[in-house]
Amino acid sequence: MEVRGRCWKFGDNIPTDQIVRSDRALAPMEEIVRHVLETLNPAFAREVKPGDILVAGKHFGQSSGRAIAPKALRATGIGAVVVEYAARLFYRNCFEIGLPLLECPGITAGVEDGDVLAVDIAAGTIRNETRGRVFYARPVDPFLRRMLQAGGIIPLAAELAEE
Amino acid sequence: MGKTFAEKVLARAAGVGETTAGMVVDVYPDLVMSHAASWRCIRTLEKLGVDRLYDPDRIAMVMDHTAPAHSAKTAADQKLCREFARAHGIRTFYDVEAGIAHVVLMENGHIRPGMVIIGTDSHSTIYGALGAAGTGVGFSEVTATWVAGYLWMRVPESIRIEIHGPLAWGTSAKDVMLKLIGEMGADGATYASVEFHGDYVAGLSVSERMTLCNLAMEMGAKFAFVPPDDVTRAYLAERGVTPDGYQEVQPDPDAVYAKTVALDGTSLSPQVACPHAVDNVQPIEAVAGTRVDQVFIGSCANAKYEDLAEAARILRGHHVAPGVRLIVTPASRGVLTRIVADGIFSALVEAGALITNPGCGACAGDGGVMADGEVTLSTANRNFQGRMGSYQASIYLASPAVAAATAIRGAIADPREFL
Repeated sequence: MEVRGRCWKFGDNIPTDQIVRSDRALAPMEEIVRHVLETLNPAFAREVKPGDILVAGKHFGQSSGRAIAPKALRATGIGAVVVEYAARLFYRNCFEIGLPLLECPGITAGVEDGDVLAVDIAAGTIRNETRGRVFYARPVDPFLRRMLQAGGIIPLAAELAEE
Repeated sequence: MGKTFAEKVLARAAGVGETTAGMVVDVYPDLVMSHAASWRCIRTLEKLGVDRLYDPDRIAMVMDHTAPAHSAKTAADQKLCREFARAHGIRTFYDVEAGIAHVVLMENGHIRPGMVIIGTDSHSTIYGALGAAGTGVGFSEVTATWVAGYLWMRVPESIRIEIHGPLAWGTSAKDVMLKLIGEMGADGATYASVEFHGDYVAGLSVSERMTLCNLAMEMGAKFAFVPPDDVTRAYLAERGVTPDGYQEVQPDPDAVYAKTVALDGTSLSPQVACPHAVDNVQPIEAVAGTRVDQVFIGSCANAKYEDLAEAARILRGHHVAPGVRLIVTPASRGVLTRIVADGIFSALVEAGALITNPGCGACAGDGGVMADGEVTLSTANRNFQGRMGSYQASIYLASPAVAAATAIRGAIADPREFL
């Protein structure tokens, strides 16, 4: 589980209402995905490429627990979200829908917007290729890694039912 | 070693002897709540291709956020939920007239001490007001729990909050929580189970306990908890729930807490959370005089009977300032019934309030949202940009008493001037 791409860097305490505007939450995903994080960086939704890495500060994804926020991030094609730490419900929702999330205290001091990052989800490492530094995230529980590999809790439940 | 509420309640729901903070266990919730998002759970279940539910009696559905429907899409979603509940024998189903899920379930005796409840709503921490462990999860996870009966949970560390009372004149549970959130920060209790203790909490009304536990979410809490006592038992008895129907869970006196926070409520002044973050808190003196276009008394934080009674007490004999809209959205049908019966409804209308149907209302971006540049003072629990309509509008959060005083003045006002 390794992804490599451009770093998109955001700040602290970003609520889910800023990831997907609440007045767009019921729109079709093709529409939502064109506006992800629009109030914070309008270029993000336009220019993000599959495999890019979103880096943010503390308490990312606070406020309302609507899973449309991580779903929309996943739909942009980003390979991983790396944060100082996440809001509880956002953390849970990421794994539930199959979006890799790493909590890595200190990450925001070590990367800048536009850096090239390589992230190994299983090992929990973030390599900043632009600056030649490596960061180690908090380990992800093995059962959550399995959930990610399956693509989220619903595909995992289907796998488990077959076993 | 003593155990916290969270360690004990999760051990019971996981069917294991003991748990300690940091453990991950498979928990069987006693109740799985889904609100307006229920249709998403049903659609997810269709994708999973399973039709058999673990236990329909552990499922509760309440049609709250956008009620009644104002688009054909929402109407179809609600219809889907009604038909699903009927087909699957889900008896705890409340339709669009009922109000906000949390308040409806508590008022109708579905929440009891010692229960573990998950819900498709972040403010599910409110169930701690009755000594239950409530927390929010996403809709896919609710769907998976409908089928499997369990979900993973990490046993949280606990924070003990000691509140010394009685509260200063003119303040209430909302002021206590805004003060705490301002001091601890929006992430001050992330992942933690927050236990409220102290002489203020003992004997406090269930309504005020709901406000405490609801707002704990705005510090990032996983659970909130007020120890069950005679007040809890009386509230339940009024709803036909007798002590043989539940098992109280109390933390041990020597339980281990990640930290303890003390708050002296005796010197508190009314508090206001300023745009655009709940932890941007100022005492009323710092913001009094700020012009508002609208006052909203609503939400699961502060639209219970006691909240509307407090607002009416201040509004009686006054009128809403010219050009200001006062929107009151009772939390539930139960609240509406009571305010109609005892004249609070009329008092609010005579003072110039617009009273909407029970539900989440403007707090969920439903009726009562704002245009660019407008300002609302709200009794709800969130003031992030875009929460109530325009992203170029501002929201201040405060108690029902501050809301009533502000509606009269047309600018943020100290309720102590009217008491």
